[in-house]
Parts: sequence; structure tokens; C-alpha cells
Amino acid sequence: MSSLSNYLIVSAILFMIGASGVMFRKNVIVIFMCVELMLNAVNLTLIAFSQFMGDQSGQILVFFVMTVAAAEAAVGLAIVISVYRNKETVEIDKLNLLKG
Amino acid sequence: MGLLTLLILIPLAGAAILHFIKDAKSAKIFTLAIALVAFVVSMIVYIQFDSSKAGFQFQEKLPWITSKTIAISYYLGVDGMSLLLVLLTTFLVVIALIGTWNSTDKKIPGLMALILLLEAGMIGVFCSLDLFLFYIFWELILIPMYFIIGIWGGERRIYAAVKFFIYTLAGSLFMLVAIIWLGLEASKVTGVFTTDFTALQVASSKLSLHVQSYLFWAFAISFAIKVPLFPLHTWLPDAHVEAPTIGSVILAGVLLKMGTYGLIRFNLGLFPQASIDYASVFCILAVISIIYGALVAMVQTDIKKLIAYSSVTHMGFIVLGIFSMTREGLQGAVIQMINHGLSTGMLFMMFGMMYERTHTRAIKDYGGLAKITPHYAVFFAIAMLSSVGLPGLNGFVGEYLTLMGAFQSSVLHSWAYAIFSCTGVIIAAVYLLWMYQRFMMGPVTNEHNRSLRDLSKREIFSLVPLVIFMVWIGIQPMSFMKLSEKGMNAQSDTLLGARQQSGYEIVAPKVIVK
Amino acid sequence: MSQLIPYIVAAPLVGFLINGFFGGKYKNKAIAGWVASMAVTASFVMAIAVFSEMLSMPAESRAIHYKLFDWLSVGKVNVGISYLIDQLSIIFILVITGVGALIHLYSTGYMKGDPGYTRFFTYLNLFIVMMLQLVMADNYLLTFLGWEGVGLCSYLLIGFWFEENKNNDAAKKAFIVNRIGDFGFLVAMGVMLVTFGSLNFSDVFGAASGMGSGNTSIVIITMMLFLGCTGKSAQIPLYVWLPDAMAGPTPVSALIHAATMVTSGIYLVARSNILFALSPATLTVISIVAICTALLAAIIALFQNDIKKVLAYSTVSQLGYMFLGLGVGAFGAGVFHVMTHAFFKACLFLGSGAVIHAMHHEQDMQKMGGLKKYLPITFATFLIATLAIAGIPPFAGFFSKDEILWKAFSQGSTLLWVLGAFGALMTAFYMFRAVYLTFYGKERFDAAHHPPHEVVPAMWIPLVALAALSVLGGFLGVPKILGGGETISQWLEPIVGKGEEIAAQSQIMQGEGMEIPLVIISVVVALVGILMATRYYKKRTTLASQEQKLGTLYSLSANKFYVDEIYDKTIVQPTYFLSNSILYKIVDVKIIDGIINGSAAGIGQISGMIRKIQTGIVQNYAVMIVVGILVLVSYVLIF
Repeated sequence: MSSLSNYLIVSAILFMIGASGVMFRKNVIVIFMCVELMLNAVNLTLIAFSQFMGDQSGQILVFFVMTVAAAEAAVGLAIVISVYRNKETVEIDKLNLLKG
Repeated sequence: MGLLTLLILIPLAGAAILHFIKDAKSAKIFTLAIALVAFVVSMIVYIQFDSSKAGFQFQEKLPWITSKTIAISYYLGVDGMSLLLVLLTTFLVVIALIGTWNSTDKKIPGLMALILLLEAGMIGVFCSLDLFLFYIFWELILIPMYFIIGIWGGERRIYAAVKFFIYTLAGSLFMLVAIIWLGLEASKVTGVFTTDFTALQVASSKLSLHVQSYLFWAFAISFAIKVPLFPLHTWLPDAHVEAPTIGSVILAGVLLKMGTYGLIRFNLGLFPQASIDYASVFCILAVISIIYGALVAMVQTDIKKLIAYSSVTHMGFIVLGIFSMTREGLQGAVIQMINHGLSTGMLFMMFGMMYERTHTRAIKDYGGLAKITPHYAVFFAIAMLSSVGLPGLNGFVGEYLTLMGAFQSSVLHSWAYAIFSCTGVIIAAVYLLWMYQRFMMGPVTNEHNRSLRDLSKREIFSLVPLVIFMVWIGIQPMSFMKLSEKGMNAQSDTLLGARQQSGYEIVAPKVIVK
Repeated sequence: MSQLIPYIVAAPLVGFLINGFFGGKYKNKAIAGWVASMAVTASFVMAIAVFSEMLSMPAESRAIHYKLFDWLSVGKVNVGISYLIDQLSIIFILVITGVGALIHLYSTGYMKGDPGYTRFFTYLNLFIVMMLQLVMADNYLLTFLGWEGVGLCSYLLIGFWFEENKNNDAAKKAFIVNRIGDFGFLVAMGVMLVTFGSLNFSDVFGAASGMGSGNTSIVIITMMLFLGCTGKSAQIPLYVWLPDAMAGPTPVSALIHAATMVTSGIYLVARSNILFALSPATLTVISIVAICTALLAAIIALFQNDIKKVLAYSTVSQLGYMFLGLGVGAFGAGVFHVMTHAFFKACLFLGSGAVIHAMHHEQDMQKMGGLKKYLPITFATFLIATLAIAGIPPFAGFFSKDEILWKAFSQGSTLLWVLGAFGALMTAFYMFRAVYLTFYGKERFDAAHHPPHEVVPAMWIPLVALAALSVLGGFLGVPKILGGGETISQWLEPIVGKGEEIAAQSQIMQGEGMEIPLVIISVVVALVGILMATRYYKKRTTLASQEQKLGTLYSLSANKFYVDEIYDKTIVQPTYFLSNSILYKIVDVKIIDGIINGSAAGIGQISGMIRKIQTGIVQNYAVMIVVGILVLVSYVLIF
């Protein structure tokens, strides 16, 4: 069995990849997938801690996260579709209605 | 459920139900019915009220936000002054609804719901004995008024509504800070953060003079904007000019009194020493308001603006009476609040009736109407004369008592306040009579006016009660003032007593003319 | 009989209410006139009943208090709607209701056919109610109610024909100028409340009589009350409204602006005689103002061509005489002149009304002349009243005016007498000028086409009655030295005696034994005035040319010394300029609203700069969040 830090390193890398994707990719779908990646990185951390500390509640929480993520994916994609219907684009740069 | 809660809930529930009424006519009838019920309930409160006692009656107290360290409660109660104002509110809403029955066709159910919401807020303000609750009602009023001006108003309605909103909101934030501060100070004494008025009265007497004066000013600014006192009055002309008739009537009739009510209840009640210290400042502002308002009213070319500036004058008298702190001054202030509600309310309502017919506010578009609409001219003359302060009508009683209060006040060290205020009496005659002349008398200058209708039966029906009360208060003011007599006398005696204990010397007013 | 007291007020009040509420529904408008006249007559009859009861009582107990109900009782302000009928007020009540009833009767004829007939009588009744409040009140506040109430009625009646702006301007001017006086009254009440702690006559006078002469508070009170009187009773500097008030219908001028309302200032001073007596400074001021007013108004009256203007200025002048009496501490003499003046001046005004009526609303005397033969009754009564005002014995004005002049001499100074006598000369002159221009000489109108007719009985009966009173009224006050009983001063003694006594303490008496010579001189002076008028005007057919030769005096007099213009330039216009150009357009709009809107605009500008940060691109926000987290984390790790 490898040490806890290996898991954490992997999950940190995954999280950074996801975060970078959210920050720098243009396509909303890709950004969305990156968000999922970040969530899964967190899930990995939770499971790793749960395993090493012998507490099951972390794993239960992961189920919750997964469920919420699934729901979120459904809602998110629906939003993306309706945005596309309105704007004919999913490029995030074009969606700047909040510009001050 | 206590009567006061019922009194607040009736219009609130009415406003909620109005959401489901889409038809304009039934919305109006429903609202009138609700307003009448509220009026009846307030009359029941009046009948059961015992005017021989000074304290609060009909008290209701329920714990609201409570923990070991916080005690905020839903606490209602009325004394004579607040009861008079509640009666004025419920009465004026009914009258205003009847008087402005056909004034607009736009989104009637919405307007009616806002008016009921406003009524609930106003009653709440006058009945709350918990400062937190008071603040909520205070702010609650802004919202319906904002929409009433902003949706049903004249051409510059958005400007006026925003100005009104921000002006008053800015003021009331001071009050919010002061309420929290006061609660914290109270918790130093009792260990519990409380906003209970009676508890705070005890706590505030232990405050240092510095803190008292900061808090005094925080409350005072908020109320002075509402009154409005010079130089914080400029929202009023805009709001009045742009507001629809019913908005103007309620704004002038009741909303402004919230400021003076607050000054008496909270400033004088919570910070007696600071009030005495700054009485002269307030009286100077009041005197300026009286003279300045009158002079500026004189040169207005827009009738609603003229009446609005005349409000500044009248409210100045009230503030003068309050800060004279004498029995005459305080009693005069209370009755003047009612009077101003009736007479200025009636002026606005009557002008609204004319505006429905002509759609112009400029004085120059009128003239000679007495010939065309004689009934209108008679009623308008009565309202105008009541506003001028003619003895025998209501306006005189309040003005006179506040002036006499200012003369006798041992807090103000000079007769100059009273003497200068008396000049307001002269100028009031100038601007109102001049307006009346240009409005009603002389030859008919505008041919469009020749075909004007005189007052309808409904309109007369809405004006007659106002006139009855004007004469009644003018001839028999004591039947109203006995309600607030005990409370105001006690307040005046406490204030002036506090002054004696604090080692101030009581100096008779100086003679300024040798 | 004292239970009749409230009904004296109630009768005209009922008349007012009936006409006010049902006036619009009358089929026959004449009902309004009869209702109103009956109401006032009923009031007069009841007043006589009360008066006769008073006569039967001993002098000290003639004061009747009658309280209706509490009006205001707050702190020290503790007054009721309560009446005090005593020797002073009953005189005024009788004059008000008596002359009032005659004038009501006259108005039924004079106003016939006017579209505002009902309205006229409604106002007139209201006026009687208010005037009665004024003189019957037992406290200053109720007096003030009447004081303002008559002002209102005066306003309504001057502007009765409201379709002409000239009338409205006059009405407005009257009300506003009166309000300036009321300012004084208000201040006086305030100081009174502080000084005496009450507004009731009995308390105030009781407390005051214990105070020393010249007490500062009393000086202020009396000065301020007198300011009130200058407004209501048309003295310098506030007399300017009265001549303009002639814009109202002529019966109004007779009732309000000659016989009753304008004398309420005299009533107030006479009522407060103890206060005034305790303030010699005020009395001096009153004498000076009074004699100046009497002379100034007389000079202006010399060359007026409008018959009502002549009478108006003559009223101002006569009011000056009344105040002269008060000013030298002869309160009873002032009241006596009020009474006689009410008779002859009402008669003169009603006579002028008859003339105006006959001349189809022509008021310019230059277009009259020779009316003697057309209007014999009017002429006779007018002449009697003119003789009375000129001070020819044995007409009423002779006794009252002479008593004032004598008191001015004996208790005042020789100068006051000389000026007063000079005024009497002018009075005789301008009044006879009016008589000659109106009734004598050639007809300067189109007599052939519009021959003037004598007025109807409803109008000439009051004229005759008033003329009779102008003849007889003076005998109530025949001085002892002429073998009379001085009935009126005896009657008033319990009221004004104390004040006259106190006032006398600070005066130097002079002229013992001079009374008869002075009376003779003043009669001679009056006769000279009449002769001058006869010489210049009796036969004259063309006018003006002669008068214009007087140059400056004429133009000053004809233009009323430009007082209105001076007030306009020095008070009215600067106030308007201040209010409009400075207070409203600069202070309100520019400064206050400028600050408010400026601060809003400032906040707007700052936000305009800051808002650039909001790019609207979510990723930029995300980058900021991450950068922020990194900064925070590194801060925690490093420190």
C-alpha cells in the first residue's frame, strides 16, 4: 500500500488540471468537464482520507457528491443548451452580459 | 390576538388577497372595505382607550428573536399620541380612497395593494414599542411609496421616487446604527441585547452625555429627513409633485408625521438630556423651515409644489413645539400633526380632483374657477383657510399652541424663536391667498376651463368629513387633545424635571426688546 | 336676562348657517336678505333686553360672565368660549347689531339683482357673528378669534365681486396687512402668557394692576397690541388697506370699514386700558401715530375725486382721532367717538351708496353734481351726517370730537390740540367739498337719458334712522361744562376709570378753565373749513384746474403720498426677489439640491471607474478567485 501523500498528490494534480481548464478553456462544455474533474479530485481526497483514518463517513459523502454532480451535470447541460439556442455559441468569451 | 395586531394584519391580509383580484372595480371596492374595517377597528381601540392614563395601553408582547443574549420582541402598544396618529391614518386612507376613486386606470389592483401595505406599515410604525420592529415598519413604508410614485407618478416620477427612497434610506441607516448601538449599551447594563423601548429608556439614562448626543443625532437626522426639516427637505417637493394624488395625500397626511412622532417618542423619550442640549439647534432649524418654506412657497408656479413647501412650514411649527418641551408646545405639536394631515391632505386631494379634469399643475392655467365650480371653490377655501391658520378652524389651534409653547419654553432662552415663527403666520396668508386668488378668482383666463365640472357627489362626500373635523378641532380641540393630554404633560414634566435635577439653571426667557 | 347672551351670537350664526346651506335652493332670493336681516334684528332686540337689565343693576355688578364651554386648556393656555358683557362691550354690541341691522335692511335694496345676493348676506351674517365674538369675549384668545374672523369676512366681502382682479387684490391686501397686525397680537399674547400666566381679561388686569408703571413686559405687550390695532384700525403704517377696501359693495364699506370692524382696535385698547395706562411710552406712541394718521389721511382726503375714497380716508382720519383720545388716556372719549362715528359715517357711506346706486355705479364726483333735487332724502341725511363729522353743534360728532380734543389739550399737549384742530378744519373742508361736488352745482352727467331716482324705502329708512342718531347720539356725552351729564363716561367709568386714573398719574394737567374757549375755537375752525369749501366748490362747474395750482401738495395728496408705491418698492418687491431669485433658485435648487444630486453623481462617477473590473467573463473571475486563494494560502504559510 502506498502512502496517503501519493493519493493526495494525484488528487492535487487532478484538481489543478481541472482548475486550469475552468480558468483557461473557452468551450463551456469543456469547462464543465473540468469542473467534474475538480469534483472527482476532491472525491479522491475524501476516499483517501476515509481509508487511512478508518472513518466511513468520508466515503458516504462521496456518494452525495457524485449524486449532486450528476444532478448538476443535467442542469448544467440544460443551461448550456438553452444558452446555445439563444446565442448560437458556447464560447465563454461571448457570454459577457455581466460586463460592467 | 390583540386589537393592534389585528389592525396591522387587516390591511396586510387585504394586500395579499388583492393579488388574486384582477378586476379594477372590485379591487377598489375590496380595498375600501378593508380600509373601512381597519377604521372601525381603530375606532374600537379609541373607544376602549382610557385617556386618564399616561402610559402605553393595548400592550402586546411576544418574544421574537431571543436567546441568552438577545431579546427582541414583537411589542406593540399605543398612548394618546400614537392613537391619534393611528386614527388619522385609518381615517385618511378611507377618505383618500373615496376622493381619488377615479383618478387613475392604471394597474388598479397593484396600486390598491400597495396602499394597504402602506397603511399596515404606517400603523405599525405608530404602534411599535420595540425599536427593531419599529425599524422594520419604518423601512417597510419606503417600498410601497417608492412604487406608488415610480409607477403612477408624473413625468419625472423615477427621479422623484429614487430621490425619495435614497434620501430617506440614507437617513434611516443612521437610525439602524443607533438602534444597534443602543441595544449594545443596554446589554452592558442588563446583559441582554434588547430593543425594547421601555427597557432602553432605562438603559439610556445611564449613558454618558457624549454617547447620548451621538445617538440623539443619529435618530434626529433620520427623523429630520422625514419631517422634513430644512435643509433636508428637498426630496419633498419633488416627491409631492410627481406622486399621484393618493400618494400625495398619504405622504403629506401621514408619512411626514412619522418623523415628528419619532422625534417625540424616541429623541425626547430616550435622550432627554441631549434633547435639551440641542433644543435650540432644532428650534433654529424649525424657525428657518417656517420662514424659508413660506417664502419659497410664495414664489412657486406649480400648485403641488406650493402646497409641498407649505408643508415644510407647517412641519416646522411642529418641530418648534416639540423642542420647546412645554406642555403647550408638545400638545400643540400633536394636534398640529393631525391638523396638517387633514388640511394639507385635503388641499392635495382637492387639487388632485382638479388635476383629473385639467391635467395641468401650473397656476397660470387656472383663474376664475369660482365662477365655474362654486362648490369646489368653497371647499378649497376652507382647506386653504385651515392651512392659513384661521382661528375657528383646526390649523390655528396647533400653530397657536406651539407658538405659545415656544414663548414659555425654559429650554430656549429667548423669545426670538417664537417671534420669528410668528412671521410665518403673515407669509402663510400671503402665499395661500395669492394662490387662491390666481387659482379661483378673477376672470376666467383659460377658455378650456369654462366647461369644467363642479364637484361630484362622491367628491363632496369625501370632503365633508374632513371639513367636519376641521371645524370640530377648531372649536372643540380638547375632545381630541384630551387623548394625548396625560402622556404629553408627563413627557414635558419629565423633561423639564430632568433639567432641574441635572443642575441646569432655569432661566426665564430673556426680554429681547428693551 | 343673561341667559339671552349666547342667543345674541346664535341668531346671526343661525342666519349664516341657513343662508349658507340652503341659500342655493331659494326660489326667491329675497328670502336670504330677510333671513339675514331678521337674524341681526333679533340679535339687536336681545342686546337691548340685556342692556335694559344692566341699566337696572348697580354700576359695579353690571358685568355678566357667561361661559359656553372650554375651548383650549393646555398648560397655561386656559380659555373658554365664554363671554363678558359689561358696560364697554354692550355699547359695541348695540352699535354692531343696531347699525348692523340697519345696514342689512339697506343691503336688501342695494344688492337687489346681484347674482351673489345670497352669498352676500351669508358673509354679512358671519361678519356679525365674528364681530360679536371680538367684543364679547372674556379673554384675549377668543377676541383674537373674532379679530381674525372679521378679517376673513372683510376679505370675502372686499373681494365680493371676485371676477375683477382689482377687487381681489384689494381683498388680499387687506387680509395680509391685517395679518401683519395680527402678528403683533400673537406676540402680545405670547408675552402676556409668560408675564401673567393667563389670557383671561380678569386675571391679566388683576395681575397687571399690581405691577409698576413702565414694566418692560407690559410695554412690549401694549406695543404689540397696538401694532395689531394699527392693522385692524388702519393707522400708520398699516392704514394702506382701508382705502383699497372700498372695492367692496358700499354697505360693506359702511358696516365693516367704517362703523364696526375698523373700530375694534379702539375696543381692544379700551378693554386693555389698564395695561396701556401702565405703559406711558406706548400711550405716547399711540398719540403720535394717531395724530399723524389723522392729519395724513385728512390731507389725502382733500383732493380725492372718488366719493368712497373721500369717505375712506376720512374714516382713517377719524380713527386717528379716536386713537388720539386713547393715547392721552381718555379711553371713554375714544369709545364715545367710536359710537358717534358709527352713526354718521355709516350714514355717509350709505348715502354715498344711494348716490352711487342712483348714478348707475358711478363713483367719480367729477361726474356728479346737482343731485340735490333728484335725491332729496339722501341729500338731507348726507348733509346732517356731514355736519356731524365736521363737528358742528349740536350734532353727534361735535361732542365726541370736542371731548377728544379737549382731553388732548388738557392731558396731552397744546401741540396735539393745534394739530387736531387743524385736522378738524380739513375734515370740514373735504366733507363739504364732497357735499358740494355731489349735490350742488351743474349736473355733470347725462341727466336727460338717465335721470337719477331716489332710492327705495328699504334704503332710505336706514339713512333716516342713522341721520337721526347722528343728531341725537351726541347728547349721551354732553360735557358737564355745557350743562350735560356726561352719561357715557359715567357709564364707562367702572371699566375705564381705573386706567384713566393710572394714566393721569403720569400726565401733567393743564388748561383749567380753557374748555369753553377751546370749544368755541374749534367750532369756528370747523365753520372756516365749511366756508372755504363753499367758496371754492359750491358754484363751481369745472374742477381740477384750481386744485392743480396747488402744485406739490396737490400731487402728493392726489397720489396718496406714494405710500403704496414706497411699500411696493421697499418691502414687496425685495421680499419677492429674495424668495424667488435667492432662496428658491439658488439656495434650494442650486445649493441644497446641488449637494444632494452632486453626491449622487459623485458616487456614480466612482462606480463608473470601478465597474471596469467587471469584464463579464466568468473565467476572469475564476482566475481572480484562484489568485486570491493562492495569496491567502501563501500568506498563512509564510507568516
